[in-house]
Amino acid sequence: MSSPSPEDLLSQAQELVAEAGDARALDEVRVRYLGKKGALTGLLKQLGQLPPDERREAGQAVNRCKQMLEADISARQMALSEQQLNARLAAEQLDISLPGRMHEPGGQHPVSRALDRILDIFSQLGFSVATGPEVEDDEHNFGALNFPEHHPARAMHDTFYLPDGRLLRTHTSPVQIRVMKQSQPPVRIVAPGRVFRADSDQTHTPQFHQVEGLLVDSDVTFADLKGLLSDFVNAFFEDELDVRLRPSYFPFTEPSAEVDVRWTEPDGSAGRWLEVLGCGMVHPNVLDNCGIDSERYTGYAFGLGVERFAMLRYRVDDLRLFFENDLGFLRQFR
Amino acid sequence: MKINYQWLKSWVDTDLDAESVAERLTLAGLEVDECRAVAPALDGVVVGSIVDVQPHPDADRLRVCRVEGDVQERTIVCGAPNARAGLKAPLATLGSVLPGGLKIKPARLRGVASEGMLCSAPELGLGENGSGLMELPDDAPVGERLTSYLMLDDHVLDIDLTPNRADCLSVRGLARELSALTGVPVSGPAFAPVQADVDVAIEIELQAPSDCPRYLGRVIRGVDVKAPTPLWMVEALRRCGIRSLGPVVDVTNYVLLELGQPMHAFDRDKLSGGIRVRRARAGERMVLLDEREVELDPDMLLICDQSRALAIGGVMGGLESAVSDETTDIFLESAWFNPASIIGRARRLGLATESAHRFERGVDPELQRLALERATELVLAIAGGSPGQVLEALNEAYMPTTPEVRLRPERVNRLLGTELSTGAIVASLTRLGMRVIEKDEEFRVTPPSARRDIEIEVDLIEEVARLQGYDQLPSRRPGGRLKLAPIPEAEVPQRRLRRQLAARGFQEIITWSFVAEQELASLGLHEGAQRLANPLNRDMAVLRTSLLPGVLKTASANFRRQHDNFRLFEIGTCFINNPAGFSEPHRLALFMTGRVSGEHALGAGRAIDFFDVKGEVEQLLALNGVGGQLRLERSEQSWLHPGQGADLYLDDQLMGSLGQVHPALARAMDWAGTGFVAELDVDGIRKAQLPVHQRSSRYPSVRRDIAVVVPDQVPASALMAGIRRAGGKLVEKCVIFDEYRGEGIETGHKSLAMGLILRDVSRTLRDDEVEAVIGRIVDGLTRDFGAKLRG
Repeated sequence: MSSPSPEDLLSQAQELVAEAGDARALDEVRVRYLGKKGALTGLLKQLGQLPPDERREAGQAVNRCKQMLEADISARQMALSEQQLNARLAAEQLDISLPGRMHEPGGQHPVSRALDRILDIFSQLGFSVATGPEVEDDEHNFGALNFPEHHPARAMHDTFYLPDGRLLRTHTSPVQIRVMKQSQPPVRIVAPGRVFRADSDQTHTPQFHQVEGLLVDSDVTFADLKGLLSDFVNAFFEDELDVRLRPSYFPFTEPSAEVDVRWTEPDGSAGRWLEVLGCGMVHPNVLDNCGIDSERYTGYAFGLGVERFAMLRYRVDDLRLFFENDLGFLRQFR
Repeated sequence: MKINYQWLKSWVDTDLDAESVAERLTLAGLEVDECRAVAPALDGVVVGSIVDVQPHPDADRLRVCRVEGDVQERTIVCGAPNARAGLKAPLATLGSVLPGGLKIKPARLRGVASEGMLCSAPELGLGENGSGLMELPDDAPVGERLTSYLMLDDHVLDIDLTPNRADCLSVRGLARELSALTGVPVSGPAFAPVQADVDVAIEIELQAPSDCPRYLGRVIRGVDVKAPTPLWMVEALRRCGIRSLGPVVDVTNYVLLELGQPMHAFDRDKLSGGIRVRRARAGERMVLLDEREVELDPDMLLICDQSRALAIGGVMGGLESAVSDETTDIFLESAWFNPASIIGRARRLGLATESAHRFERGVDPELQRLALERATELVLAIAGGSPGQVLEALNEAYMPTTPEVRLRPERVNRLLGTELSTGAIVASLTRLGMRVIEKDEEFRVTPPSARRDIEIEVDLIEEVARLQGYDQLPSRRPGGRLKLAPIPEAEVPQRRLRRQLAARGFQEIITWSFVAEQELASLGLHEGAQRLANPLNRDMAVLRTSLLPGVLKTASANFRRQHDNFRLFEIGTCFINNPAGFSEPHRLALFMTGRVSGEHALGAGRAIDFFDVKGEVEQLLALNGVGGQLRLERSEQSWLHPGQGADLYLDDQLMGSLGQVHPALARAMDWAGTGFVAELDVDGIRKAQLPVHQRSSRYPSVRRDIAVVVPDQVPASALMAGIRRAGGKLVEKCVIFDEYRGEGIETGHKSLAMGLILRDVSRTLRDDEVEAVIGRIVDGLTRDFGAKLRG
């Protein structure tokens, strides 16, 4: 029998390539025609039996067919793999509207959030943060702050005492004393922290947070205090609020003032004056108690309730919510 | 203190209405908490007079009255039992509206036309006593507006006075203040001394002159203690919050409110011998006006007679010597007590009296005689009697001196940031009744005797500022010479911890600093717990030694609110009182429950376990680049699962503990899930190291995996340390990727599979070098832990 022509083999093989549905079928075609024992390879092996003058042309014809088949196979291979990829991608399609995989986001407590905001604002003006202990002695909490012994002003602070006579600080003002005893002017600090009063009702909790501010320098006036606090209130609330200072009394400042802002509720009802801060010029006795020359230096101090500012800012209408730690409440302030 | 507007206006005839007065006082530092009308508007209600009463033709209970008072005589049908001819009673005329909203219109009652209404007190909002018509005095002028006849066009100002302004605890003091603020002069009643009718001397002995250097008294004989207190005085007292108790006590209370001098009236016949003012003796007892018997302390001041204590000076009188219905002769006391001798005593006895309130804050030391004369005048006018002479005991040496205070005008301007002229400064002080003398470019200022709060220059500067008005003082933008402060970088700011935890799904909480001792004890954390001397309640009796009670309680509360997937954190101060001393460590607590990620259509995340909380702790420590040697040991904390709890050491310092909340605790708290917690010393973990650059290797690393079998109790961390010891610098990293127990492994042993990543900084490692290092490591593990290489 005579051998098939390479062209015949090629066209047979090409049909099979076109029919091959996957990589394996395609590989079978390759082995059958181009493998060591493949049909086209076999033709090359038979070249020797041809007359010498025909061998060259016949060899070229076989090789041409081999190359064409190889090209077809690799083209088919690419087509098949693209098909496969497309099929896989189609199968991998997701409902992208399903929610992302995450855990409940966390967040800061609204009081700590408001506190950060307050400290950020004062840090713009060079106030650095100072802290002090929460259990204080009488001297730092009252005595050095010019509260005379047994003075009714002390009764205004419902103080928690320890059996040994020490107390839970009723305000952050003792930090003033600690800072001034350690350094000479200029002093420019804010002292955040927890304070305690033995009082618990709808508008009082036995613990709350204050920020004390203190600035002592050679040229500090009541005018500076007014300017600072009015700017602070506007910066905190991002609003131009009416701010007024009203005379008041604290043993450690004189003149002393309460700061009111005119507050308009979201419903637009008429603004009313709300007390937000206490402040004043540092009392000369306090400076003297700390070894600062009260003739040479003057200063101002202020104290604000962080919860108060947080309530106004985030419209929280019940102080006690801050300490109930209900996630439903807390998660609103992320 | 409460004071009514009309009383104040009778002293300072201001044009301002009550609200404006309240505003003016508030802006001067006398904060008016409330300004309330004493009665509802009663437009159209007048004094009516019943001229005739006839029975109703068709109703037994009703009567037909002819009433004067309106523009013409009216017929009014009335059901009140006390309706009678000649009675004066409030008449609501046609068109008037009563406080309840009832509008008076012509009506027919059982066929008889009625043109108006006769009213009871409750119908007018003037009291609770509703038995019939409100009876007005016979001399009430018919047709006059009821509000003006009863002086009901009035407001009560409730003033929250600061403790320095004792001088304003009276109408006179407030009047002086209002006068200074408005420029309207004070025009109070004129006082004249009352001449003695009888000669009654009582010896007064000041045995404690520093407590009481001035004591005045006076006897009034033949007083009618049953005489009615006039309506105007009863009303004035009532509006200021004081009940009428008979003419003598009413007068002393009236003078207290009017002038600010607390007084006391004794029954003269109950006194035996003269008055002695002395300190109490230890254990001495007496029965007070409120009928309580109290034991007195030796620092309490007593008013005594020859035989016994009559009153606690400046605080409260005694029951025995009090004025009663049988009293005919009274002894009036008007004394000055040193605030230091009064402060705190009333409180200690559980009392809060008007008298103690004033003496504690300081009464005008020159007021006593005036008050005594005023009280005498009022007693005589109301209850009659014959006054004796004014008796006074005085020890001048112990009387407070009125200071002469130096004031430098430039100091005023320097402190306030103002440019006030000396004239303006002097004018302010003068308006406040201060005497100002100029001397060497300075002023010497003498405050009025009532102003006990003015002692030094800055007190005067505040007065100048108040009188100018704080709103009139200048305001200046912040400025000043600023110095840049270094920010410590080798310290993780607390804020960064908060932010990281929030970003990792933890919700910050703030719990109480106080806890119940039992809460700490149930966690084994009560050692070093500091008790409060005066806790609010038992649940808040001790200071927390740990954040855990608060955190666990918060977790419980949120489990109860049906949350099952949440993470909490708190950063706060704890308090430890142990023999080594008292300390306030700052702690950080974490709590996690639920799953690593929430429910999802493609499957929920796995349940959180020990290694999640440990991982969070390690993430926090990573913030400081782990500035030290970290070590974990099995924890014996009773609040932790005994097999899933660890104590964390940093450079051999205990930094805290972490693990699973003991399942028994979780059950006791009725939790719906498993909780994992950590509590760490926040200051300890905040210590960081400033990064110092080290050249990283450019040569490839080699990884070799080995598996060793070791006894169960060998901790993985010890093996890792052993590997680092044996492998030296070449070991860049070591990971444990499998832990296996079971088939093929001897009981009591485990197999750990580890990947060792080796690298040299200066060259590529050769195979034989790698094999040598691995060989050393395996030998080391065999020697130190009895490890066997697994085939």
